[in-house]
Amino acid sequence: MTANGIFQIALYFLVLLALTKPLGLYMTKVFQGERTWVHRLLRPFEVALYKLCGIDETAEQHWTRYAGGILLFSIATLLVTYLVQRIQQWLPWNPQGLGPASPDLSFNTAMSFTTNTNWQSYVPETTVSYLTQMIGLATHNFFSAAVGLAAGIAVIRGFARHSAKTLGNFWVDMTRSLVYVLLPLSILGALLLVSQGAIQNLHPYAKVATLEGAVQTIPQGPTASQEVIKMLGINGGGFFNANSAHPYENPTPFSNFFQILLIFIIPAGLTYTFGKMVKDTRQGWAIFAAMSILFLAGVFVTYPAEQSGNPILTKVGIENTATATQPGGNMEGKEVRFGIANSALFAVITTDASCGAVNAMHDSFTPLGGLVPLLNIQLGEIIFGGVGSGLYGMLLFAVLSVFIAGLMVGRTPEYLCKKIEQKEVKMAMLSVLVAALSILGFSALGSVSHFPKDGYINPPGATTANLNNNGPHGFSEVLYAYSSGTGNNGSAFAGINANTPFFNTTMGLAMFAGRFLMMIPLLAMAGSLAAKKQIPVSAGTFPTHGSLFVVLLVGVVLIVGALTYFPALSLGPIVEHYLMQDGKLFSLLLNPGVVWG
Amino acid sequence: MNQLKITIRATIVLTILTGLAYPLLVTGLAQALFHRQANGSMVDVNGKTVGSELIGQRFTKPEYFHGRPSAAGNDGYDALASGGSNLGPTNQKLVDRVQTDLKKFRAENPGFTGPIPADLLTSSASGLDPDLSPASAEAQVARVAAARGVPAGSIQALVAQRTQGRQWGLFGEPRVNVLLLNLDLDRSFPVRK
Repeated sequence: MTANGIFQIALYFLVLLALTKPLGLYMTKVFQGERTWVHRLLRPFEVALYKLCGIDETAEQHWTRYAGGILLFSIATLLVTYLVQRIQQWLPWNPQGLGPASPDLSFNTAMSFTTNTNWQSYVPETTVSYLTQMIGLATHNFFSAAVGLAAGIAVIRGFARHSAKTLGNFWVDMTRSLVYVLLPLSILGALLLVSQGAIQNLHPYAKVATLEGAVQTIPQGPTASQEVIKMLGINGGGFFNANSAHPYENPTPFSNFFQILLIFIIPAGLTYTFGKMVKDTRQGWAIFAAMSILFLAGVFVTYPAEQSGNPILTKVGIENTATATQPGGNMEGKEVRFGIANSALFAVITTDASCGAVNAMHDSFTPLGGLVPLLNIQLGEIIFGGVGSGLYGMLLFAVLSVFIAGLMVGRTPEYLCKKIEQKEVKMAMLSVLVAALSILGFSALGSVSHFPKDGYINPPGATTANLNNNGPHGFSEVLYAYSSGTGNNGSAFAGINANTPFFNTTMGLAMFAGRFLMMIPLLAMAGSLAAKKQIPVSAGTFPTHGSLFVVLLVGVVLIVGALTYFPALSLGPIVEHYLMQDGKLFSLLLNPGVVWG
Repeated sequence: MNQLKITIRATIVLTILTGLAYPLLVTGLAQALFHRQANGSMVDVNGKTVGSELIGQRFTKPEYFHGRPSAAGNDGYDALASGGSNLGPTNQKLVDRVQTDLKKFRAENPGFTGPIPADLLTSSASGLDPDLSPASAEAQVARVAAARGVPAGSIQALVAQRTQGRQWGLFGEPRVNVLLLNLDLDRSFPVRK
C-alpha cells in the first residue's frame, strides 16, 4: 500500500461522513412532506406529476397495497423495456441501425434493469440503440432506485410508527424520490461528469484515421446522463461494455472519486434519515458504524492483496513494488489513471452497495482481492448497500441480532421499543434463506449442467464450456454470476459467457428472487411492526445504539454469511489463493468462445 | 383497481420524463457548456480528426510510444469491443501472453535493461486505456530516440512535459497520454520519409 493510496481512501471516507447528516436530514424532510429549501422550485413539479398520474397525495396504504403498487409498477416498466429492445430497429435514435435483441436476452436485460441489478449479457456498443439506452435502460436506473428508496422509507416507517395500519403511499414516496433526490442530483452530476470528459451527444459513431493509418470507430451517445444515475441509483449497468473503466464513462481520477461518492451517499444518508424518523439519531449512527467497520475491513483486505500483486508474474519479471513513476501490484484488468488503490476501493464499494459498476475487471483480481467483492455481495449488500435495500437489509440483521441477544439472556427481544416476535423473525429468516437458496442452488446447477452442443439452451454444451478460466477460478466465475444476480449487483467475473438462453433465464429468475422475495417479506415485517404498540424502555432493555450492539451486529452479519458461503468460497477463491502462492497454473482445456461482458 | 390506472399513467408520464426530457435536457446543457468534452474530446491535426485523447489507439511502429496490451477486439484498441482480458491470476494464458510480450519488448528495446513496470505488459480494464505510467514511457525512450535519430534527452524532455501528476496533486496516479505524446513527437521530431 502507498501513503497516497491510503490518503485517498481516508479522504473518501471523510467526505462521505460529512455528507451523511445533511443529505439524511434533507431526505427526512422530503419523505415526511416538510418544506425544504428547494420547495418553491420543485413543489410545482411534484404536484403536476400527481395530477398527471392520478395520485392522491393524502392517501395512505396498508403494506400489502404498498407492495402491490411496487409490483405493478415494476411489471409495467419491465414490459416497456422488453418491448423497446425487441422493436428498436423501427424506432428513432438508432444511427448504427442495430437490430432487435433476442427474446431471452431482452427478458434478461429487462429483468436485470427492473430489479436494480443491471447485469449485462450483451455488448452495449453493438446491441442497443441510443433510444433503448434512454427510454429502455436509463429510465429503470431512476425507477428501480426510486422503488428501492420508497421501500426503504416504508420499512423505516414500520419501525417508527406504532399502533398504525399503514406505511405511507408508494406512489407519493416514489414521486418524491424522483423529484427531490434523483433528478436534481443527476442533472448536476451529469454536467460535472461531462466537464471531466464524459460524452453526451446523439451523433453516429465517429470514424477516425489513427496516426498509424488504421481506422478506429469510436462509439458516441448520451452517456453522462445515464452514467450519473447509474451510480447514484446504485444500478451499475454500463453505457459501454467496459463500464466505468471506459474513458468516456469515467475519464479522470476525479470523475472516479465522484462516481464512488455517488454510490454511497444515498444509503449513508438513509442511516441518518432512519435515526431521525425513529426519533433517536444514535440508532442511525450505530447502523452507520457497523456498515463503516465492514466497509473499511473489506478495503484493507482487497487493497493490500491487489498491491502485493501476482507472484507468478513477478517471477516472470514484472515489477511488483510501487514506485513514484509506476503503480506496481496487479495491474492486469486495471487502468493507469486509477492505479491500484482506486481500483480496489471501487471494487469494494460497488459490491458493498448493490451497484455492480466496475472500473477494473474483477475477474483478473488476485484471489483474495476478488474474494472480498464476492463475499460483500453474499452478505446481502448491506454495507451501505442498495438505495433503500441496503438499509432494510441491515435492519433485517439488526432484528436477527436482538433476537440472538434475547435468546442469550432469555428475554423477549425488543428493537426500537417494539417487541420482536415470531412473525418478524420468520420474515427476516425467509429473506436470508431465499438469497442463500438462489445463490447456492443456481451455482450448483450452473456448474454441473450439460446441454447438447450447438443446441438452443446452451450452445457451448456443458456450462463449464462458457467459462474463460479453468480450475477454481472457473468455479468462482459461476458463483460470482449467481451471487451478483441474486444480490442484484450486476458486476461480474466477466470472462463467463452468460449470453445463452440457459444463463439468461436462470440469471433472470435469480434476479427476480433476490429483489422481490427480499423486499416483500421486509415490507410484511414493517407492516407488522407498525401495528405494534410501543413498550417503554426499562432497565432490562438491550440498548441498540451503543458499541456493544454494533459489535454484535457486525458479528451476526459475518457469522450468517460465513456459515452459509464458506464451503463454496473455499472451493473458489480460497483454494486459488494457495495454489497461486504455489505457482500453479491452469490451462483452458475447453474452447469457451469468449464473449465480452 | 385504482392502482392499475395509476400504474399505466405513471409508466407513461415517468418514462417520458426520465427517458426523454431528462437526457435531452442534459444533452442540450452539455453541448452548450462543455462542447468539446460532450463530443468526445476529439483531437484534430490540420483539420483532420486523428482520434480522441481519451481513447487509446494501437501503436506498433518503433518511432511511436506504444500503449499497454489491449484485449479490445482481435488486434486490440477496437473501440467497438471495449473490455479486459478477464484472465484470472492462475490462468496459463495470462502467463504465456506476458512472457511472449516480454520477449518481444526486450528485443525491441535493447537500450532498456531496467525492471518492467507493472502496467507495461498487463492489459487494461477497458482495452482503451489512453495512458502509460511515466516509468512505462521512460522504458521506451531509447527505442523512440533511435528510430527518430535524435538524442534520448530530447525525447525524455517531451515525456516529462506530457507527464500529468495526480489530479490536483491528489487523485489517481501519475500518467502520460500516449496519443498526445506521439503527436508531440511528430511535431517536434518528424520522421523523415
